[in-house]
Amino acid sequence: MTASNPAVGRPAGPKPSLRRRGSRGSILADHAATVALWGTGVLVLVILGAIILHFALAAWGVVSPSFILGDPSRTTLGGVLPILWNSIYILVLTMLIAVPLGILAGIYMSEYAGDNIATTAIRFAEESISSVPSIVVGLFGLILFVDDFHWGFSALGGSLALTFFNLPLMTRLAEQALRAVPQEERSASLALGATKWQTIRHVVLPLAIPGLITGVILTAGRVFGEAAVLLFTSGVGTPQHYNFLNFDLTSVASPWSPFRPATTLSVYIWNLNSEGLGAFKTQIIDGSAAILIAIVLIFNLGARFIGRVLTRRLTAA
Amino acid sequence: MPTTVAYPEPVLRPIEVTTSQAGADEFAARTQDVKISTDRVSILYGEKVAVRDVSLTIQERSIMALIGPSGSGKSTFLRCFNRMNDLIPGASVKGEVCLDGENVMETDVSVVELRRRVGMVFQRPNPFPMSIFENVAYGPRRRGQNDRRKLDELVETSLKRAALWDEVKDDLRRKSGLALSGGQQQRLCIARVLATDPEVILMDEPASALDPVSTLRIEELMRELREAYTIVIVTHNMQQAARVSDVTAFFTMAEDRAGYLVEVGPTGRIFTRPNERLTEDYISGRFG
Amino acid sequence: MAQMATADRLTGLRARPGLLERIDVPRRVMFVAAASMIAIVALLMGFIAWQGIQLFVKDGVSVGQILSTTWQPDPENGATNYGLLPFITATVLVTAVALLISTPLSVGLALFLSEVAPQWARAIVQPALEIFVGIPSVVWGWLGITTLVPFLAHTFHDPISLSLPIVGQVFSMPGFFFGYSWLAGSLVLSIMVLPTITSVSYDAFRAVPQELRTGSLALGTTRWQMIRHLLLPAALSGVLTAVVLGMTRAAGEALAVQMVIGNAPIMPEAITQPLTTLTSQITLDMGNTTFGSPWQDALWTMSLVLLIISVTSVVLVRVINKRRLGA
Repeated sequence: MTASNPAVGRPAGPKPSLRRRGSRGSILADHAATVALWGTGVLVLVILGAIILHFALAAWGVVSPSFILGDPSRTTLGGVLPILWNSIYILVLTMLIAVPLGILAGIYMSEYAGDNIATTAIRFAEESISSVPSIVVGLFGLILFVDDFHWGFSALGGSLALTFFNLPLMTRLAEQALRAVPQEERSASLALGATKWQTIRHVVLPLAIPGLITGVILTAGRVFGEAAVLLFTSGVGTPQHYNFLNFDLTSVASPWSPFRPATTLSVYIWNLNSEGLGAFKTQIIDGSAAILIAIVLIFNLGARFIGRVLTRRLTAA
Repeated sequence: MPTTVAYPEPVLRPIEVTTSQAGADEFAARTQDVKISTDRVSILYGEKVAVRDVSLTIQERSIMALIGPSGSGKSTFLRCFNRMNDLIPGASVKGEVCLDGENVMETDVSVVELRRRVGMVFQRPNPFPMSIFENVAYGPRRRGQNDRRKLDELVETSLKRAALWDEVKDDLRRKSGLALSGGQQQRLCIARVLATDPEVILMDEPASALDPVSTLRIEELMRELREAYTIVIVTHNMQQAARVSDVTAFFTMAEDRAGYLVEVGPTGRIFTRPNERLTEDYISGRFG
Repeated sequence: MAQMATADRLTGLRARPGLLERIDVPRRVMFVAAASMIAIVALLMGFIAWQGIQLFVKDGVSVGQILSTTWQPDPENGATNYGLLPFITATVLVTAVALLISTPLSVGLALFLSEVAPQWARAIVQPALEIFVGIPSVVWGWLGITTLVPFLAHTFHDPISLSLPIVGQVFSMPGFFFGYSWLAGSLVLSIMVLPTITSVSYDAFRAVPQELRTGSLALGTTRWQMIRHLLLPAALSGVLTAVVLGMTRAAGEALAVQMVIGNAPIMPEAITQPLTTLTSQITLDMGNTTFGSPWQDALWTMSLVLLIISVTSVVLVRVINKRRLGA
C-alpha cells in the first residue's frame, strides 16, 4: 500500500540492551552538571551562613543594651541610639510618602494603563529610575533639596530622594500584587453592576493586601539599608545626643524635626570607615553592621510570615 | 532510495471497521512477535491509585489504541512505557513493563536509552523554538551525530516519513518550527521522533488539538508507519481508534476513581462484539 | 404601564454616565501618581545633564581633555587636568570582571532553582537570595575590608607569575600590596549582582514552556543536554537581559566598591592594583569640593557619564526583549 514510503524496510538486527548506557560522555556530563548546579545552591547557603556567623561573632561583646541605647562616641565604645533613631525616622518618613504613591501608581498600572504613549512613557521612566545608580539619585537630591530649596542636609530631603529611588520598586511590587488577583473576581464584581473604582476598592484591593504588605516590607528593607542616596541629602556626621522631649519641629536639635541633618546607620558605617580613627572603630562598625543585618533579616522573614498568615486568613475566610 | 511521494488529499470517511478475514490475515502477516508486555502495572500518585493492575501485550508493528473516558488512566499508563512518569514528583509504578522481554522499570535501566527506543508524541504539538532542520536534527545531534551529510539525509528521510518534506523542503533552515500550522507542527514532532530511530512510538491524543483535515493526515501517516514501528495511541475519539488501530484496549474508572483495563482485543471485535457490558455502553455512547 | 417601563429601561441603558463617573477622580489621581515617575526622571536627567556640561560650558574644558588619562583636579598642585579616562576604564573593567565571575554562578543558580532543585531546596535557597538582596552595600563593603582585603594581602603579597619550562615566563604581575584592589572590587560586586542576575534569568527559564522540556527528555536526551541545547538558547534573551541589569547595578554601585578598591586614580594595568571607579571618585570627592568649582563640575560630568550608561542599558534591555518578541 505504501511501497514508496521510506518507512518500510526496517533492518531487524539484534536488539540492544536497555542497560547499555546511551552515550557515556553525555551521561557523565549530566551527572557533572547536576553536581555543579547543586554546588551553586549550596555555595549561596554557605556564603549566607558564613556572613551571618561572621557578624554574630563580631557583634558578640559589642552589641548590648547600652550599645543600642547609648550616645555615640569616638573615644569609648559608644552607642548608636541617635543613629538608629534617624534610620527609623527616615524609614517612616519615606514610607509615608512612597507607599501611598507607589500603591496608587501600581493600581493605575495594573487596572487602568492602556496600550498608549502615556503607559509606555511611565514604563520607560520606571525602568530608567530603577537603573539609575543610587549615588546619582543622591546627587539629584543634593542639587534639588540641599542647594535649590536651601534645606541644607535634611531628613526630609533624604526621604524624598529615597522615595524617588524606591518608587519604581514599590509600584512594581504593588502592580504584581494586584495582577495576581484573578480576573474572574473583577468580572464577577463588574457583572453585578459595580463601577470599576468600586470593584477595585472593594474586591481587588482587599484580595491584594497580602501581596501589598509583602511589597511594603521588602521596600522598607531596601530603604533601611540604603546609604549612597543619603550621603549628600540627609548628611554625614555623628549626632551627639538627642533630647527626645524637644518637640520644636523648627529646631535643628529636635530629633522630631524633618529639617535637620540625619545620619542613618548605613551612612554612619561608611563615615566611620572613611574617616573614623577612634580606638573602637572596628567594634562600632561590626556592631552597627550586625544590627543592620538583624533588621534586614527581620524585615525579610517578617514579610514572608505576614504574607503567609494573611493569605491563609483570606483564603480560609 | 528516498523518493518524493505525493500524498493524496485525505478524505473524511465514515466509521469503518475492518472485520474481514483479509484484514485479519494482513495483521497476522505483519506482526509476529510481542513488542511490549505489561504485568499487573499499577501507578500511584502518592497514596492515590491512578491505574490498577493492567496486564496486556502489544504486538510488534501494530497499532494499539487505548480508549476510555477521561480519568481512566490511559495517558498515565502510556507514560510508563518510556518512564515519563519518573518526571512527576510523587508518582510511582508497580509491576513489570517489558520491552522485548526486558523490564524497563528496573533501576539500572538507562531511561535515556529507553526513551530513544520508545519515542513519544504529545497532545499539543511542541516544536522547539528553532529551525525545522534543527528540530529534526535535535535528537541525533544529542547522540553525537554531527556529520553534515548524514544529518541532511536523516532529516530528509524523517520529514518524508512524516509526510512533511514537500511542504517544508524549501525553507528547512530558515523557517522556525513555531511558524508552521498546528497539523504541520504535529507532523514535525513525529519527524523529530522518527529521526532518533525509535522502535515504539507513543502518541498521547496526537490529533485532539488539530482540525479534521490535519487529523486525517496524521491517521494516514500512522497507518503507513505501522509497517515499521509499533505504535500505541491514546485517543478520546472512537472513530479514530476504529480507523487506525489493529487492537483496542478499553479502560474505565473504578469506584475509587482508579483506572483499570476492562477488555482488550482486535479492534474489529471490540467495536462490533465487545465481551463486556461496560465497553458496549461506552462505544454506543451510553457512557462518558 | 408596561410600555412605559420598557421605554424607561431603554433610556436608562443609553443614559450618559453622571458627571462624577465621567470625571473619574480615582483614575486621575492614580494616573498622576504613576506619571510622577516621568517627572522625576525628566527632572533628574535635566539637572544632572545641566550640571554635567558645566565642565565644558563654564570651565572651558575640552572633550579631548576629559578623555585623557591624568586626573589632576587640584589647582594647588599645579596645572589642572580633568582626565576621566582612568575612572571610565576602571568602571568598565571592574564591572566586566565582576560579571565574568558572577554570570556563570548566577545562571547556574537560576538553573538549579528552576530545573534541578526539589521543592524543599528551593524553599531554602530562594529566601536566602532575598536576604542577599537586602544586605546593605556598606555591609558588603565592610565585609570586603575585614575578610577579603586582608586575605588577598596575605595570600598573594608576592608578585604573581607563571613560567613554563621551555616557553619561559608567560605572564607576571605585582602582588597585592594592601589588598585594596580591582579584584577586591570585582569580587564584592560579583556577590552583590548575583541575586539580580539569578532572579531575572530564573524568570526567563520559568517562561520556557514545560512541554519543550518534556519533548526533549522524551527524545532520550539527558537533562543537561536539554538545558544546554534547548533551554539556554530558548531563554537567551532573558539571560542577556539579566546580565545587562547586573552590569547596570555593578557599574552604579558606589559605597561597597569605594570601600575596597583602594581609590587610586590611575589607568588599570593589573588586577592586583588599586583603582578608582566613577562612583567611588564621586563618593570620595563630592563632599570635599566647593560647589561650582571645576573640580566639582568634573564630578558632575562623571555622574552624567553614569547616567548615560544606565539609560543606554535600559534601551539595550528593550532592544533585546523586542527581538525576543519578534522571533
